[in-house]
Amino acid sequence: MITIQNYRKVEDLAEAYELNQKKANRIVGGMMWLRMSKGRVQTAIDLSGLGLDTIEEDEQEFRIGCMTTLRQLELHEGLQKYFGGAVRESVRHIVGTQFRNGATVGGSIFGRFGFSDVLTCFLAMDSYVELYQGGIVPLREFVQMERDRDILVRLIVKKDGRKAVCLSERACSTDFPILVCAVSISEGRVEVAIGARPMKAEVVTLAEMAEDQALAELTEDKIEELAEKAAESFRFGSNMRGSAQYRQHLAYVLVKRGLKKLWKEEA
Amino acid sequence: MEIQFILNGKKTTAEAADGTMLLLLLRSLGCYSVKCGCETTNCGLCTVWIDGVPSLSCSVLAARVEGKQVTTLEGLQEEAEEFAAFLAAEGAEQCGFCSPGFVMNVLAMVRELSDPTEEEIKEYLAGNLCRCTGYMGQLRAIKKYMSQKKENADMGKEGV
Repeated sequence: MITIQNYRKVEDLAEAYELNQKKANRIVGGMMWLRMSKGRVQTAIDLSGLGLDTIEEDEQEFRIGCMTTLRQLELHEGLQKYFGGAVRESVRHIVGTQFRNGATVGGSIFGRFGFSDVLTCFLAMDSYVELYQGGIVPLREFVQMERDRDILVRLIVKKDGRKAVCLSERACSTDFPILVCAVSISEGRVEVAIGARPMKAEVVTLAEMAEDQALAELTEDKIEELAEKAAESFRFGSNMRGSAQYRQHLAYVLVKRGLKKLWKEEA
Repeated sequence: MEIQFILNGKKTTAEAADGTMLLLLLRSLGCYSVKCGCETTNCGLCTVWIDGVPSLSCSVLAARVEGKQVTTLEGLQEEAEEFAAFLAAEGAEQCGFCSPGFVMNVLAMVRELSDPTEEEIKEYLAGNLCRCTGYMGQLRAIKKYMSQKKENADMGKEGV
């Protein structure tokens, strides 16, 4: 278990950034995973007084503050309506209500954890992270970046007319996922993000079709073909939850289910 | 550091080291209903409300409740007793160690969801583990408790 020596509720992001440059200091989100890590934190930097715990929505995008909890994501009507419940589905299996009341979006995304349902879901969308020093970076690039001492301020999710679905497979309810899969279709582009491979999530473009034609062009055979392609597009690994081979098969099944769901909704 | 907050409706000032978790602070203040189960955010035994929101006190820094309202089972005695009678009637308790956290989350659910389905109840309470009962008795107790509350509310409305 981690031990914390000092606590500092910062007044602004500049103060948080300055404190965070010291290796022994850590920014604390919900402290759900951090609590279980080892070592000693000299100063726990708390961003909870900066008003970053809200979801702002306008015609172009959702702006999700880093201290927004997973439960807020789950209950946000705008997100559920726009993405057809995909966001809610990505978080509702995570431990329990109390856990999701504490765990933050910033912690989930900045950590770039392999098991993250949230990261996988937003990777399949047109998402960006706003970093205090680094500015706005596409989430897909951010996932590949080395960890540094910057601060994730917000997650920005564009409203690009995307249809999305998020699915996961777990050995039992509330457990870590064996595999997470998010499928999205936007402007004729079919994209799939797979997480818990068990490595961190990645996204691939499965197909590019004529704009607004993607869902209409889907057939049982095409779905089968895309699902097979998806399963072959990712590298999978083994751990105590499942073998690489099992995960590859799960990827095929979940992508197929996801595409069918989007297809049926369109029909 | 000094922490000022409202504990079960009373203004409270407490001294705690910066890294102290809320669970330990609450127990040091005599709230022994708050149990330490897994200490890894999984079991729900340490559930308390922070500003009315069910939270895991094992993973909240005590410093973070400065200026907030914290409610433990000690602050909800009447309601807890009412629901506990349903638990007892359904044989839904054995060792009882998980009960305080479980009751806290059930009472939070009752406030948040007006007429939950069985699936919604299970989903809301998924973060409360019980190693004795198998959950069926608890589910029966919740359904009966909620239906009784609904009946009482309906009767109240008719009375008006």
